[in-house]
Amino acid sequence: MNAKTTAPLTAATSAAPASWRRAVVNHPSWFPVVASALLLILLFAGAQVKFGSFVTPGVLSSLFVDNAYLIILACGMTLVIITGGIDLSVGAVMAFSGIIAANLLQNGVNPTLVIPLMLINGALFGLMIGVLVQYFNVQPFIASLAGMFLARGLAHVFAPRQIAVNNAAVLSLNNHKFRFGDWYFTGTVIIALVIVLITAWLLARTRLGRTVYAIGGSESSAKLMGLPVARTKVLVYVISGTCAGIAGLVFTAYASSGYSLHGVGTELDTIAAVVIGGTLLTGGSGYIFGSLLGVLVYGVIKTVINFAGADQAWTRISVGVLLLAFVVVQRAIVARASRR
Amino acid sequence: MTSWLKNLMKKRIMWPVGALVVLILVNVLYRPSFLKITVLDGRFYGSLMDILRNSAPLMLVSLGMCLVIATRGIDLSVGSQMAISGAVALTIISHSPTPNSLATVLGAIGVGVLITLLFGIWNGFLVALLGIQPIIATLVLWLAGRGIALLITGGFITTINSAPYKTIAQGNVLGFPVEFLIGLAAIIVVVLLVRRTALGVLTEAIGINPAASRLAGVRSRGIIWSLYGLSGLLAGVAGILYSSNIMAADSNAAGNGIELDAILAVVLGGTSLAGGKFTLGGTVVGVFIIQTLASTVTFLGVPSANVSVFKAAVVIVVVVSQAPMVRNWFGRQFRSSKTASPTATPVAMERTAA
Repeated sequence: MNAKTTAPLTAATSAAPASWRRAVVNHPSWFPVVASALLLILLFAGAQVKFGSFVTPGVLSSLFVDNAYLIILACGMTLVIITGGIDLSVGAVMAFSGIIAANLLQNGVNPTLVIPLMLINGALFGLMIGVLVQYFNVQPFIASLAGMFLARGLAHVFAPRQIAVNNAAVLSLNNHKFRFGDWYFTGTVIIALVIVLITAWLLARTRLGRTVYAIGGSESSAKLMGLPVARTKVLVYVISGTCAGIAGLVFTAYASSGYSLHGVGTELDTIAAVVIGGTLLTGGSGYIFGSLLGVLVYGVIKTVINFAGADQAWTRISVGVLLLAFVVVQRAIVARASRR
Repeated sequence: MTSWLKNLMKKRIMWPVGALVVLILVNVLYRPSFLKITVLDGRFYGSLMDILRNSAPLMLVSLGMCLVIATRGIDLSVGSQMAISGAVALTIISHSPTPNSLATVLGAIGVGVLITLLFGIWNGFLVALLGIQPIIATLVLWLAGRGIALLITGGFITTINSAPYKTIAQGNVLGFPVEFLIGLAAIIVVVLLVRRTALGVLTEAIGINPAASRLAGVRSRGIIWSLYGLSGLLAGVAGILYSSNIMAADSNAAGNGIELDAILAVVLGGTSLAGGKFTLGGTVVGVFIIQTLASTVTFLGVPSANVSVFKAAVVIVVVVSQAPMVRNWFGRQFRSSKTASPTATPVAMERTAA
């Protein structure tokens, strides 16, 4: 890993089997993604050696099932962070959407009506934050903090206590397992992967995606180029809010309840996962695929700690240390790129 | 509008002070006894005293946060640091054979605060020397800090019986709660440190333009470094206050979410998250706004978890009223009414003549 960062450009390009390596060297923004992929493999290998039966279809499948909501949140967050913003409201909006759903479902409202309502709720929170950021010059941190307080508070106003969800259709999203041999996946995983594909397509193949990168690179340049900066900036928050609404659905199915304290601190977990996935907080650089890897790294660490039987104290410490390792590596890359 | 009033309106601090006054008026309306302070056994009692007392931990944390924000930074780890200092101090006291001796308590507090000072310096090292973005650099300790605190207490909530330690949160000196006096002392020390030395000006220089201040010979690294240290130190003291209040080290609950409240207090007070100019007075007002809001909502019988809705409302009103678009709109209203009046300013007359 280190050898590659320090290898001179010529050596890397002249190496014989190095076409992929050249690709990485020519795209410095890929490096963190490759690094987190390597780290993920390393984690798997280490856990396999330590526990004997870690890399099994069952464990890998549950990795996706347990982290489906985090994958969805990370996708929306990636877009926001690439524009140079941040969205602290996602965890609270997720909980609030879950509360709305649990409330309505308990009163016998049809899920085909409830699910769109959850998405609209998320989108509205995103719209509020986006408008505050773009038209009232409020810093994203503060605007989304207000959104977070509002969502968390409203969730508690609506339902101070946990509401059980008994709707068979919603629960089957998480409980019905599609099995392929020892592998399995659930409706929630399908939703998460569809979101990954959609947001990745948006970023890589559409004008919106180009504009998102342009804003992150330099907002004033993007404006001078005539790109629709205002519209795009509002839109990324709406997308992130919608993702939070979808995550609310997935989490409700996963926890089979709505509760105002669901997902406290998830926003910072999401940011950490996105950063581990190689997206720069300064904006302008990052990939959805990287964020997916970031969530998986996060999830594998939690699983490893479960396997080891350690307590939550060690989970937090090791995630913190890992985050640190990543930002230091990132920092080294950025410093190298700016020297060039 | 008289000129002194106009000058007053121009001051940024007027917005938060206005918000605080409105909050207090609402309170007086609903409970006339709000402003009343009674003296019983040589001690002051009353809602205002409660607010002053309960605001102390947030005050300490926010003062440090304000200075860090002025350097274009942010410190998300303060809540975790509170948990650490409380865990360290209470673990020392609970293991000592003499929990009631003043020396033990002072020693325990000293070690607890020293450790958070070191963690603050660690944050400063990541930000100032490695150049990692503050939000991520301090997120590391936000994640790991509570884990460290849990390790120190062995995953349990350590409780103690120690009269001197209890005094910190529940004692009184000259009729005033000790907790409030600690907060007051912190304000005085930080204001003297920042405004009576060049530190404040240098901090603003770093926040306004890091490159230019470096070229002008400001040792920005050292200053940023020490301000994160100061933030850690103040968070450590806040953690001592918190644990003294409940006489227990609850590593999960101590200072949970206080980093966001502190950032809110700083921003409500009129300091921009973009760094540069900062106002400690505004931050103090911001802390009182948050604490008064919490007290009001509790008094109105609303469950305390719902406070965040009101917090969101206050934040949105205050930040929107400070937005350039809204200020320009108000400015236009003000100007148009002025040009219509017979006492038009020379500038306005020139404009109409042209």
